[in-house]
Amino acid sequence: MLAVAGTVPDKEFGLFTGPVKLTGEDISMDGRRVPVNRGTPALLGAALQTLNVFGKGDVTVFMAGDIGLGDGSRKLYEHLVNQACLSGIHTFVFHYLQPDADWQNRILFKIEEMEHPPLLAADAGFMYAAKMSGSAPSYDLFTPDAGELAFLADENAPHPFYTRGFILHTDNPVHGLVKRAYDNDNAPRFMLIKGAVDYIVEGKKELHRVDSPSHDVMEAIGGTGDTLTGIVSALVSTGMDIPQAAFAAARINRVAGKLACPTPATPIIDIINHIPKAVEHILQEIPRGVTKIDN
Amino acid sequence: MFNFLRKKGTKKSSGAKKESGLSDYGFMVFENTSEVIQAEKVLKSQGWHVRVMGPPPEIQTGCDLVILFPLMEQLNIMRLLETVSNMPLQVVPVTDPLLKPVSLFQVKDFGDFLMVRAANMKITVEKSTLVIVNISGGGCPDVPYLADQMVGKDLLSAPDPLDMGHTLCGYALGLAFKEIKTRCLP
Repeated sequence: MLAVAGTVPDKEFGLFTGPVKLTGEDISMDGRRVPVNRGTPALLGAALQTLNVFGKGDVTVFMAGDIGLGDGSRKLYEHLVNQACLSGIHTFVFHYLQPDADWQNRILFKIEEMEHPPLLAADAGFMYAAKMSGSAPSYDLFTPDAGELAFLADENAPHPFYTRGFILHTDNPVHGLVKRAYDNDNAPRFMLIKGAVDYIVEGKKELHRVDSPSHDVMEAIGGTGDTLTGIVSALVSTGMDIPQAAFAAARINRVAGKLACPTPATPIIDIINHIPKAVEHILQEIPRGVTKIDN
Repeated sequence: MFNFLRKKGTKKSSGAKKESGLSDYGFMVFENTSEVIQAEKVLKSQGWHVRVMGPPPEIQTGCDLVILFPLMEQLNIMRLLETVSNMPLQVVPVTDPLLKPVSLFQVKDFGDFLMVRAANMKITVEKSTLVIVNISGGGCPDVPYLADQMVGKDLLSAPDPLDMGHTLCGYALGLAFKEIKTRCLP
């Protein structure tokens, strides 16, 4: 089963734990509906669309309302540590949460004490907290963009906002940043680095790269990183190994984007609606299309 | 069709956590001790967990006391101190007091649209209407909230993230918003 912890931008939302489904252009949960625009709802929309192709739709969420004050995130952290039952989760994704190194540590301790701990993926605020606390190597997958990779590579930066300029500079090659992130123990087992070219790395080794189809306007569309995280998490939760899932997800996200004929003004739901078709296309293509990079 | 083998056991345990436990905190540096005391009082009265302590040696300016605070919520805390006209001289991360906020902007021209990036935040406007068509990037929970409030509005009527945001991501979006206004507005 796939589980997702994240937030919705609604301070009246409270806390919700349970199954979700995609209803039209909303994520619905126990009678409540949240529009899929960006953030965790976009991740969920993409994950549910992906799993539907496999005839699965079993996604559990741990969701809080938070508009950035951190109150909802902290309630969710407390719930995860003190109340939530985490057994039966195969893949656990942590997403848009107020970065808090201490709570991240407590959640990780709880998970590491489980008899069968889930595979762990992190993106967005929780990925920041994992790096800040020195826990990145405890995770299986991060999905940073180039700026976030620079943050992971900067051993002193507590947030992308404070990443040092010489590291942020666009001339910095991805491989140099990857090496620096791993040298400082600020990276997980695998990373899917999203950008004009998507890189899948394990340690300092590049496994795959994906650069087509290419639409540079995707960078401007809010939620395209969230959909990528949702797709790869969904694929991993089906039992696919992480490098293959990451490669497939990068291709699926790009193909779904292409099918949406994107402009910088395209809403993310337009891309999510094309994910099932993209998944079917890529599942047929992958066996002959995987490019293994040996270096 | 796929390799279903999953690698296990190569993941490191969380034993290597950073020792300080303050990696997500910052220091606020004030001109004198009375400002420190006043700021501490205001912040604690509003429920913030802050602590007064001596400054690290890297900090050359200000008095001999600083306030330790949760760095992620810098924007929210600065807004509160602004209401009592008691702003710090500087704000620095505990992890490295010499770090400065990102000052590099990356600009991408998509023809009819212009995108500006500051740190991890991107904002895109349609040039002909000045309407904000998308906001992307970031990882803090105020990003989806700010995007809800800003997308679809033009640069003159959209709320400023520096007024409505709460986190460092909101701060970065505020800088990108300011930069794109500079570039697009007369």
